[in-house]
Amino acid sequence: MNNKKEKILVVDDEKIVRESLFHWFQEEGYQVETAEDGETALRIFDKNKFDLLLVDMKMPGMSGLELLAKIKEIDKDTIVILITAFASVPTAIKALKDGAYDYVTKPVDPDELEHLVKKALEQRSLRVENEALKGSIDEIIKPDNLIGESGQMKKIYELIHTVAPTDTTVMIRGESGTGKELVAKAIHINSRRKYFPIIPVNCGALAESILESELFGHEKGAFTGAQFKRKGKFEMADGGTIFLDEIGSVSPKMQVELLRVIESKQFNRVGGNQIIKSDFRVIIATNEPLEDLVKQGKFREDLYYRLNVFSIVIPPLRERTGDIPVLAFYFLNNFCNAMNKNIKNISPEAMEFLTKYEWPGNVRELENAIERAVVVGKGETIKVDDLPFHVSSSQAAGTDGDNSMSAMEKKHIARVLNENNWNISRSALELEIDRVTLYNKINKYGLRNPYK
Amino acid sequence: MTCINIAPVKFSNNSFLKKIIKELNSRFRSDISLLALDLEMEQTYSEDRGQFFSSQIISLSTPLTQSVPGKILLITEVDLFVPVLTFVFGEAQLNGKHSIVSVCRLHEEFYSGISDDDLLFQRTMKEVLHELGHCFGLLHCIDWDCVMHSSQGIEEVDIKGNFYCKTCARSVDGLK
Repeated sequence: MNNKKEKILVVDDEKIVRESLFHWFQEEGYQVETAEDGETALRIFDKNKFDLLLVDMKMPGMSGLELLAKIKEIDKDTIVILITAFASVPTAIKALKDGAYDYVTKPVDPDELEHLVKKALEQRSLRVENEALKGSIDEIIKPDNLIGESGQMKKIYELIHTVAPTDTTVMIRGESGTGKELVAKAIHINSRRKYFPIIPVNCGALAESILESELFGHEKGAFTGAQFKRKGKFEMADGGTIFLDEIGSVSPKMQVELLRVIESKQFNRVGGNQIIKSDFRVIIATNEPLEDLVKQGKFREDLYYRLNVFSIVIPPLRERTGDIPVLAFYFLNNFCNAMNKNIKNISPEAMEFLTKYEWPGNVRELENAIERAVVVGKGETIKVDDLPFHVSSSQAAGTDGDNSMSAMEKKHIARVLNENNWNISRSALELEIDRVTLYNKINKYGLRNPYK
Repeated sequence: MTCINIAPVKFSNNSFLKKIIKELNSRFRSDISLLALDLEMEQTYSEDRGQFFSSQIISLSTPLTQSVPGKILLITEVDLFVPVLTFVFGEAQLNGKHSIVSVCRLHEEFYSGISDDDLLFQRTMKEVLHELGHCFGLLHCIDWDCVMHSSQGIEEVDIKGNFYCKTCARSVDGLK
């Protein structure tokens, strides 16, 4: 969805250039008009208000620089970007002195042009937008899949609401699978940085050897095979947010680098001398207490204090069981659409299993459980048997706080059976009972083999 | 329902084409067909730039495909450009019939020297869906998880999602 309202006027004497830029900006969602010379541009500009003009420097009649001066006389806030086939330093300086926002050389890198136009328009609209936003937003925009209406989740939405409009570094804590990345995304899309990307970096998944090039990019020829310059994650996050997941797994060497970049917001690409500046916000996530890592000497204290500015703790799913039905139906609907299935309900027994299960893998595990149930499910309702075995058998083993000897025995036998894929001989051997006794216990406790 | 025709031009990897058509079939209810086009692309080549002018290729394909119903997506291995820009991954007629995607700069080899077929396929699918989206009238989307987000560099192709967001999906005819 795109609701851009900004108006752009392209001024160039070459039809082919006007047409190319017209289509290019149109796809971006801008309202675009074109003019073949300075005089026509002024006539159009007189009748309509434009946010940005892209002007060719060299045109017959009025030059780009002359047009720039006239436009600035009419409206000094209009952004003018000049395009030139041959950049020369004196003309560039003159253009900038006369109020041009910037100038680019033909042919321009599409990424560079997009960034330039976006930044220029963003700067222009930011003041107005910020004022308008203050006080007007009382509800956050949630990513489609950030779900939950429990008290704990509402508290998290409030925290997102508070911290999103600022540029504060946010630390998100929570067990694996609780949705830390979704919370990071919610912060990003509720911030002024929403038109720029949020770049996720899974620090735990990156090998030390490629981490530097991944994070900081590389220049052409920096190493064998580097045929083209490449931006790193910090550079890609310019204007937006960098989301550093599993920050606790970063090596001591990289911790030093991270601290330096986060503080200075500048770095070099691998194999390059040019200092790259990037305006990014930092959101980090961890599923292990960083304080402990600091105490153990595995995580730098200075980096910890730099990152621990505003903390959001996401509760595990077992502590917000009220959200399980709504999450389960959300996933059910998604998977049914994707798989062309027509399952509409979850049986009361299956839902009871879902709400009582401990969910060590949290929301991600619930999602997988529902996916599996949709794959195997028949008819219009998900039944207990459709759920993955570790959900049903764990429930069968009793997670309801019953600590009686028989409940513990049932739980223990179920666990050993599951670990041995219900191989009776191996399970009996491990339990140090004979196979007949094991069969009797299975019948006694009503345990079911999920593989049958 | 609008059918989709995939027309290879200067494109020789048949198994890759089959993979794209299979993936499109899994995503669309519409008919996905392979279209053979006898297109003389040489006249769109710029010696100065060593690239082919994408808008001209689309113009050349228009008279050849007048009787073909549905959308036509040209796919090519050559590098594409439009004047002013150094390159384009593809181009489409907004709310129109034709679009083109080049896999040239989608090869990981182009950037790091390392060949990665899976990555090439993912990137190509994103750009195919993206250009088709324009043909269905979609503009660039602000949601980075949506395949209609603009991508002016390979990094952005990799960042954006490979599905249409809910809002964009509503405009794409025949989507499953």
